[in-house]
Amino acid sequence: MESLEATVQLLSSMGELVDDPQFHSTLDGAALLALYRDMVLVRQLDQQATALQRQGELGLWAPLLGQEAAQIGSARAMQAQDYVFSTYREHGVAWCRGVDPVDMLRFWRGTAHQAWDANLHRFYGYQVIIGAHVLHATGYAMGMSKDGRTGTGDLEKDQAVVAYFGDGAMSEGDVNEAFVFATSFQSPVVFFCQNNQWAISEPTRRQSVVPLAQRAQGFGMPGIRVDGNDVIACHAVTMAALDRARAGKGPTLIEAFTYRMGAHTTSDDPTKYRDSADDELWRSRDPIDRLRIYLRAQEILNEKVESELASEAAYLAERMRVSCRELADPNPLTMFDHVYSGPDARLERQRLEVEAILADQETKVN
Amino acid sequence: MTELSIVQALNRGLRCAMESDPKVLLMGEDIGKLGGVFRVTEGLQKDFGEDRVIDAPLAESGIVGTAIGLALYGYRPVIEIQFDGFVYPAFDQIIVQLARMRYRSAGVLQLPITIRMPFGGGIGSVEHHGESPEAYFASTPGLRVVTCANPVDAYWMIQQAIASDDPVIFLEPKRRYWQKGEVDLSETLTSVPSMYQAKVLVEGSDCTIICYGPTVATSLHAAALAAQDGVSLEVIDLRTLSPLDLVTMEKSVKKTGRAVVVHEASSSGGIGGEVGQCLTESCFYYLQAPVLRVTGYDTPYPPSRIEDVYLPDVDRILDAVEKSMSY
Repeated sequence: MESLEATVQLLSSMGELVDDPQFHSTLDGAALLALYRDMVLVRQLDQQATALQRQGELGLWAPLLGQEAAQIGSARAMQAQDYVFSTYREHGVAWCRGVDPVDMLRFWRGTAHQAWDANLHRFYGYQVIIGAHVLHATGYAMGMSKDGRTGTGDLEKDQAVVAYFGDGAMSEGDVNEAFVFATSFQSPVVFFCQNNQWAISEPTRRQSVVPLAQRAQGFGMPGIRVDGNDVIACHAVTMAALDRARAGKGPTLIEAFTYRMGAHTTSDDPTKYRDSADDELWRSRDPIDRLRIYLRAQEILNEKVESELASEAAYLAERMRVSCRELADPNPLTMFDHVYSGPDARLERQRLEVEAILADQETKVN
Repeated sequence: MTELSIVQALNRGLRCAMESDPKVLLMGEDIGKLGGVFRVTEGLQKDFGEDRVIDAPLAESGIVGTAIGLALYGYRPVIEIQFDGFVYPAFDQIIVQLARMRYRSAGVLQLPITIRMPFGGGIGSVEHHGESPEAYFASTPGLRVVTCANPVDAYWMIQQAIASDDPVIFLEPKRRYWQKGEVDLSETLTSVPSMYQAKVLVEGSDCTIICYGPTVATSLHAAALAAQDGVSLEVIDLRTLSPLDLVTMEKSVKKTGRAVVVHEASSSGGIGGEVGQCLTESCFYYLQAPVLRVTGYDTPYPPSRIEDVYLPDVDRILDAVEKSMSY
């Protein structure tokens, strides 16, 4: 188990505020309550999706359980004009970017590869190939710089990119090359690494013998290690890194030290490779519990608000259950769409062939 | 005879190879304690240790590149690429480095590396988990490309691949992983057919079905149905995609005069085109019809809910046979 030394923390696992010499939170009670609401709803979203997979409604699901604070804290630090590149586990980030949970399910149900307008949400989508998108994020940020969309001094308008990835991705060539480009060109990108300590069955130790944030120094950018289960700290460090990026001062690597409470995906069985004692320890560091304790102590949260939130979560789950089952399979002919920018004679021939096959099947059924 | 699934047969085959040659080592993502996401390497790290069954960092180019170094040193690495769709970051190392080392060193350096990879679709998974990248490898001089379609071949071919002094891309049909069959473990590596030979699985006289990997089971099903209608199909499991076993194919096609090639990969630039061209060149006067293809379409692999339409099925194979017979 890695230690939490030199890790930015603003809210302890006991739900008490902690001082940090460098980072301070600007969040008021209402903002904290909003983060709490996000985390509760996203956990519900995740649990409902996991259940839907168990019921055979989804082909697969990658649970985010335990990573709510890292995702919500960082995503709520962004502004509308920012752009996100993420992996397949960032349902909490997708939530913050306004993606409908039912659209998230479409990917996992197998009805679409990409189920939302990336540019509308400024959220690129689920990337399955480990680390590939971190280069895309860096290139996007390079574009922002070139067009003067950042570094103007107006922090309300200046743009930046956030790239999400995990501890496993830190080994991929693409990610390390992205660090080189971003530092070389001083691009406005925040590298947000959720170190959930497990790349399927492999512990982070297999990817790195030093804390991941330390790698940043060698590339020439700041590296910050933050308690990934502390939503206040995750928000604060991401705000600082985004401000830095917007000001034209280049990239930052944030390592949010957290724990994957669940399986890698619903196809995975963590009991085959890890000790359940770790699960116990990390349950005591739950990201939602600690904020609840704090908010209750401050009387920002009370029974009434909790009960309203529970109803809201139940409604979300119900909507996901009903809508998921109603998600129709795509028309098979759509497989020929969007391969190229325009018509393609070969694909047109194949499309007609499939059309005939489907018509023939229809005739046989009737 | 021992009943094994393809997964179990591969596992046994790997075990035999490791027992017979101490320089054989396995490397890949999650292959150690977990035993691989499909459990092909289950129990091997426990029995052979972490030195010989290595959980690699998440870096496919790194895995292939360091395997090349290990092979240059004298090891015989067997790599697992977790899914077909994850192999592309390693392309430089495979296509530019691995495939050419013997040639560019004038035979001084050899790389006896086996790259195992589940391939093909049909398991209802998300994108990048249903790819059929075989044509990239088969069109690369210096690489051998083979695929097993049943537990018997899985057991023997993986051992032959590891024993080969050439780099071998070993493709495992993931939707058939749990298919079971009887394996005679008392045979020996040299008594079973070479992995560079195709196998005639069903003899027939009207038309030859040429298939490999996941489409073998589909083709056998089609042949059984055709037989009920009085059409006699000969089914050839290619097993080897590079080199292609032209002798077995030619013999069959000279007899039947017709051939249909079946694979999941897109048709353009694919194995089917290569097979068809070879047969046209060697069997032109015997052919009663052009060699036809039943393949995946020329699109990226579609969302899983419509993959059944994309994948070659029995009906499409039988339609192609009918078309061939109508010439």
